Amino acid sequence: MNLLLPFLQRIFYAAMLLVAVLILNFSMLHLAPGDIADTIAQASGGANTEMMAQIRNDYGLDQPFIVQLVQYVGKVLTFDLGYSFFYNQPVTTLIFEKLPATLLLVITAQILALVLGVFLGVFSARNPKGIVSYLVTFIALFGYAAPVFWTGILLLIAFSLKIQLFPVAGMIDVTIEGGWFVKALDIARHMVLPVLTLSSIFLALYSRLCRASMMEVLGSDYIRTAKAKGLSERQITYKHALKNSLSPVVTLAGLQFSAVVSGAVLVETVFSWPGLGTLALQSIIARDTPTILGILFFSALVVIVGNLITDLVLRLIDPRVGKSS
Amino acid sequence: MKRVLASLFSASVMAMALVPSVQAEEPKKGGTLTMAIQQTPRHLNPAVQSGTATGAPGAQLFAAPLRYDENWDPQPYLAESWKLSDDSLSMTLNLVKTATFHDGAPITSEDVKFSVETIKANHPFKTMFAPVESVETPDAHTAILKLSQPHPALMLAMSSQLMPIIPKHVYGDGQDPKAHPQNSENVVGSGPFKLVEYVRDQHIILERNEDFFMEGRPYLDKIVMRIIKDASARTIGLENGELDLVAFENNVRNINRLKKVDSLVVSSDGYAAIGPIDWLAFNTKKGKTADKAVRQAIAYAVDKNFILKAIMLGAAEQANAPIHPGSPLSDNSVNAYDLDIEKANKLLDDAGYAKGDDDMRFELTVDYGWPALKPQAEYVKAALKKIGIAASVRASADFPTWAKRISNYDFDLTWDTVFNWGDPVIGVHRTYQSTNIKEGVIWSNTQQYENARVDELLEMAGKENDPAKRKELYAEFQAIVAEELPVYWTNTLPYHTISSTSVGNPPRGIWSTSSPLDRVYLK
Repeated sequence: MNLLLPFLQRIFYAAMLLVAVLILNFSMLHLAPGDIADTIAQASGGANTEMMAQIRNDYGLDQPFIVQLVQYVGKVLTFDLGYSFFYNQPVTTLIFEKLPATLLLVITAQILALVLGVFLGVFSARNPKGIVSYLVTFIALFGYAAPVFWTGILLLIAFSLKIQLFPVAGMIDVTIEGGWFVKALDIARHMVLPVLTLSSIFLALYSRLCRASMMEVLGSDYIRTAKAKGLSERQITYKHALKNSLSPVVTLAGLQFSAVVSGAVLVETVFSWPGLGTLALQSIIARDTPTILGILFFSALVVIVGNLITDLVLRLIDPRVGKSS
Repeated sequence: MKRVLASLFSASVMAMALVPSVQAEEPKKGGTLTMAIQQTPRHLNPAVQSGTATGAPGAQLFAAPLRYDENWDPQPYLAESWKLSDDSLSMTLNLVKTATFHDGAPITSEDVKFSVETIKANHPFKTMFAPVESVETPDAHTAILKLSQPHPALMLAMSSQLMPIIPKHVYGDGQDPKAHPQNSENVVGSGPFKLVEYVRDQHIILERNEDFFMEGRPYLDKIVMRIIKDASARTIGLENGELDLVAFENNVRNINRLKKVDSLVVSSDGYAAIGPIDWLAFNTKKGKTADKAVRQAIAYAVDKNFILKAIMLGAAEQANAPIHPGSPLSDNSVNAYDLDIEKANKLLDDAGYAKGDDDMRFELTVDYGWPALKPQAEYVKAALKKIGIAASVRASADFPTWAKRISNYDFDLTWDTVFNWGDPVIGVHRTYQSTNIKEGVIWSNTQQYENARVDELLEMAGKENDPAKRKELYAEFQAIVAEELPVYWTNTLPYHTISSTSVGNPPRGIWSTSSPLDRVYLK
């Protein structure tokens, strides 16, 4: 009960926040000049007055703003994200069609960055003044600072063109024939470069954070006690210090979950990865309002739920979190 | 030793030179052509969705009455013959009798009638079939298009890009054809290829239509169209052999890079009917640009040569007139406004725009529709400074933002790219006719240009069936607008087709890939 009540309260706030996000997104998109009729005219190479009026009528864009807003929010509350103007498909279908590809990309990149980041962080915390430590810091910061599309294109030039190891775009070779294993292998081959590119951003975050918290922990009293007990360096590092210094890293990883949508847009575009990022970009370019709103709503939902879960997990792990608030 | 090597080398070169004659053989059947397309089509039915994104897959799925070669000559396609009546008011199409849709149903004159009616009701290019009053169907294989006035544009309008023949028994089921579920899946077409699947933002897979009405065609077993929006990825894909063909490429740096790759053929042929022209449009009703002298002065100050060499890197063609230089109706000999700063300054001085203390005469804004046109906008700013015009470049967040500004006449100058779409009646008239000043509609006469003689000439040319007389009328029109300059044409959009040397008969006709790829084969 003690644990549940504040949690229910937070769920209530989260729901209110979602509605606010919805209204704000809708209003802001409405403020932008022009609409889908213009982008359909663009895709068509021309238009006429009747056609523009017809499109606006078909999609209810000729209604007053407040009517459109109320209708939209009402629909979303019944879990209906509406129809995409551009594709004439339900937005929910579009999102769930693209979600697996993005999840596969982002989760793999996150795991790679997390494992590698923690390993590099621990390593450089143990030898903070060593040349390798500086090298790790340099590489991590370089990956973080370099624009992700640039990293992507460089990797493409290196490993698709100069050394032709990996394919240049897409998720699977559609002409490939074979069983699921052959296909899985082909997807894995397509994944290598986008995963490397995407994890290059997270790698710096995790390795730097892990290094810092590791160094802090390594200086604390109980580590000295462990040393006095005569435990080996290895045991101290991995059994005692790492466990305690991981919690900020895990928190950060939880928060980074929002990258399911945001972080992948550029990587997906460079590698033509058919995920949510590609859909987001396409719908923004086409001014496909229901799809943009749907993706924004969905990502807000993911972030809020992600935060709630992180919060709950932290409360369970560390009793101090609940008491201090 | 060196000499031995050299002679060995020249011998092998000679031997290689002999080989190609053997290769100019019968096209080979079979194989999968992998091509990249830049845009995601909304759906695959060109009858109710204009544009080249739908046009490329659409021309494979649906056949049209006619097709065109690279010399603008019509060829029989779904119509094995056609005849215009002596009064030019009815066009009789004799359809291929063995032609069937992908579901096996015969293609009849009823389908032609239904297609024309659907296109007339839903296609944005209203002028294309506006004079078609009715379609008569005396028998299953004869369709007669009845015209209210002579309409030479009909010939080019009967190409795949503009007049796909769609089955009445599928798309005439009472649903809105624009939102028909079979526009994207289970497409029942009439063309050389059938739809296997269309996965949005990923690919379109087409397979050979075994029952295609043209004997022995198509040559390819399969076409895979991969949707790759990133220009660098497309370039690398062509270089490493993952892609066999990319059409509509207009990134000049990549084009020039690919020209140096031995395994690729790069060509700018095949875009004359699509006819894209880059131009600087003027607001002829508001502000300083309402003055013809100002427009001419700007034209003299903006150097086409600079744009062609420095921005287009030699990959585009010069354009001096409203009709694409690749069209037989174009008159590129009109005043080209070659760079002449002195003349520009004199024009402005004479018109009474004296330079102020800061050496400037007045201010203007320069808009551009999309990021690819930004270099041109920046260049105009620099060029106009030389004649005392303080221009500022105004960016737009995206296409709708820009379209809203331009179509509501909130601009001085803007860069734009507009397509001819075959006949001038379809893609050229709209920019200059005073009857097409339509607020809120982009690519209408957003310059608000009005000239009674131009209106008259365009109307006459629109119904003149004699090619020589028609050319004369268009020549006079082009001379007038080149003098009055509602827009200043600079160059063609540098569209290129890049194909692997292993691709035989790459699309070179006037409609590029918006035409059937049934003759394409893999060596």
